[in-house]
Amino acid sequence: MNKKTLFIGASIIIIVAFIAAVAIFQTDKANQNKNSAVDNINIIERANAPTKGSEDARVTIVEFFDPACETCEVFYPLVNDLIKRYPGKVKVMMRYAPFHEGSDQVVKLLAAANIQGQFWPALDILFTHQQRWTRHHVAQPHSARMLLKDLPMDNEQFIRDISSDKVIQSIIQDVKDGKTLKVRATPQFFVNGKPLINFGYTQLTELVEQAIAEAYKS
Amino acid sequence: MNHSSTSNTIQKEWLILFSVWILATISTIVSLFFSEIIKLPVCVLCWYQRIAMYPLVLILPLALFPLDIRVLRYAGILVLFGWVTALFHVLLVGGYIPKNAQPCVQDIPCSETHLNVFGFLNMPMMSLLTFSIMGLLLFFVKNWKNHE
Repeated sequence: MNKKTLFIGASIIIIVAFIAAVAIFQTDKANQNKNSAVDNINIIERANAPTKGSEDARVTIVEFFDPACETCEVFYPLVNDLIKRYPGKVKVMMRYAPFHEGSDQVVKLLAAANIQGQFWPALDILFTHQQRWTRHHVAQPHSARMLLKDLPMDNEQFIRDISSDKVIQSIIQDVKDGKTLKVRATPQFFVNGKPLINFGYTQLTELVEQAIAEAYKS
Repeated sequence: MNHSSTSNTIQKEWLILFSVWILATISTIVSLFFSEIIKLPVCVLCWYQRIAMYPLVLILPLALFPLDIRVLRYAGILVLFGWVTALFHVLLVGGYIPKNAQPCVQDIPCSETHLNVFGFLNMPMMSLLTFSIMGLLLFFVKNWKNHE
């Protein structure tokens, strides 16, 4: 065999193999997405996870988030805006994905606040003052806690709840489901069970609009 | 007669450089597949190894047509650089280098780079292996050349 044939032959084989792998992967992924909405619906949502919006809304946005995540902070008002734009039709459920160092302690504060109905005010405070309790992407749980001290909560119960089984179990469940759902970055959105594949606000809006059109067809 | 046969048959050196090129090209394609198609995040150290790997795909063919052994100088230094980086990466993932020396942190905002995703555990090891084999192959070519 001559050198040129060998070289060109090898190049063609490698390129064809690559194209085939991409094609196989993409068909596989498309099939998975078709089925995933049905398969995953049970683990995407968790009973007692904090939600906002009308109880009867037929469209649920599930957001896996990290309070220390800057992109989550940027998306927070945008998600609120979606709830306002489609009143009664859209609700959002927040699930914990504490990827940043120290965040595991901060989500405990949020879960404890949730028990006293103060999850959303607490999240508002943490996102608004994110720079005050994170340093170089490392969460400072103590500073976060200081920011929450003015919330109308029973402080003794709050302290007990932070290390309670209920709080810890809810976080463990979220982390576990996040792993199963291959949540690798935050925020990760699921709209009525369908994952947001191409990340972006416009894409999220489109996914929500599509879900509304399907859920309120008649 | 003898002269024409050498130009038609494939020399050992050529074959080895060709194998190194195949390795580099496959690694390049696989790494691009992971990052662009599967969309695994690429950490800083992976990028350094890519910097060493990707040029080989283009440099080596230039040395194959016609065969130019001097490419060992240029390919060798890239392989060495890649190998050292891969070794560092493997030690880091293995926990032999303290975590706070880790440069693989939040380059991509909000991605969990230190939780061990399936791909992350194996990629540095694969990279180290590839760079090692390429290094050995280039070393053989150099030695054969010296013996001639």
